[in-house]
Amino acid sequence: MPQQLTPIKKDRKQLDMEQDNQWPLWEVFIQSKSGQPYKHAGSVHAPDGEMALENARDVYTRRNEGTSIWVVPAQYIIASTPEEVGSFFDPANDKVYRHPTFYTVPEGVKYI
Amino acid sequence: MPELSQQELEARFQKKIDENLYIEPKDWMIDKYRQNLIRQISQHAHSEVVGMLPESNWITRAPNLRRKAGLLAKVQDEAGHGLYLYSAAETLGISREELLDQLLTGKAKYSNIFNYPTLTWADIGAIGWLVDGAAIINQVMLQRASYGPYARAMIRICREESFHQRQGFEIMLTLCRGTTEQKAMAQDALNRWWWPSLMMFGPSDKDSPHSSDMAKWRVKRESNDDLRQKFIDRTVPQADFLGITMPDKDLKWNEATQHYDFGEINWEEFHQVISGHGPCNRERISARIKAHEDGKWVRDAAAAYANKKRQKAA
Repeated sequence: MPQQLTPIKKDRKQLDMEQDNQWPLWEVFIQSKSGQPYKHAGSVHAPDGEMALENARDVYTRRNEGTSIWVVPAQYIIASTPEEVGSFFDPANDKVYRHPTFYTVPEGVKYI
Repeated sequence: MPELSQQELEARFQKKIDENLYIEPKDWMIDKYRQNLIRQISQHAHSEVVGMLPESNWITRAPNLRRKAGLLAKVQDEAGHGLYLYSAAETLGISREELLDQLLTGKAKYSNIFNYPTLTWADIGAIGWLVDGAAIINQVMLQRASYGPYARAMIRICREESFHQRQGFEIMLTLCRGTTEQKAMAQDALNRWWWPSLMMFGPSDKDSPHSSDMAKWRVKRESNDDLRQKFIDRTVPQADFLGITMPDKDLKWNEATQHYDFGEINWEEFHQVISGHGPCNRERISARIKAHEDGKWVRDAAAAYANKKRQKAA
């Protein structure tokens, strides 16, 4: 029979939380192999870029997943808004002539 | 762009999920979806973090260097998994600080299994084999959960978990091929970890409070009972191979259903442990609070160092 214990309750202040515990957020991008593009892996908190890099290394590349890492302050990432996805990407929708299959090449013509 | 009504937004949201698309942090989402996800992902993160405690108990007493290096790497992975998941939860608009606060004040839950003690070295084998085995079954399903950051964290985690399960099974196998005492130790660990591992999948579907919404929103794609059955069907032959037996006299192969039948789970014990009365609940939280407080100087030093560098650069 498990022992009866009083529930754990501890006041927030009792935990002696620091005033500003929330270090800036950094987005982590990893290049898996030389020549490959950098791919978003996740994010880490760190007080500065150097420590963000070290944290990113420890969190995201424990098994040689990368040859190089970028960390970018999350606040500087500008993202397209999902609500405008239709109108934002609209200009590319009707431009079939941007694709090679739009153009006819007679049979027998090679290397094109 | 015309304002959409709440109803239209909800319909669009559900349609996206039904089309097997993913919801991303900035997308509109039903508030209850957000709240349920914060609860589920943070519980999951806390479980990874608290899960380090029972295992780290044996790092200094691992029987040899090979086992020690493996266990150390596994515990390190659990810390990493906790971080992936905290990051995923933070994309839903809750801060890391709040999340840690919820854990340390006992407001948030974590997996019940970590409130049981690791009494012998064989428990480290049983945890890797059974607890990580059960976690993998759940996490494989979550790799296709509808929330993008959660699904992506799961893919990363699953890739790393398979080493955890294999190191556990190898420990069990070594013990089972060892002396009579060593084999008895493996059997004892199985006896203690089997039922709590089955409880990891949560209450039976008919009693599970959050399942139906999460199923509709494609977070929970398979039911608790189905996942549990899958785990049992996979694990019993592994125990047969080891030559040890599950502590369940009702466990037997059912030719008609092509599944194992199994005995009644003691849900009273489950509810006791989840409400704070397990063998180690208190110890686990105290250990986390101590780690948090003892680590304060490291956080302070890092902040001071960053500050000093900034001032120098200015």
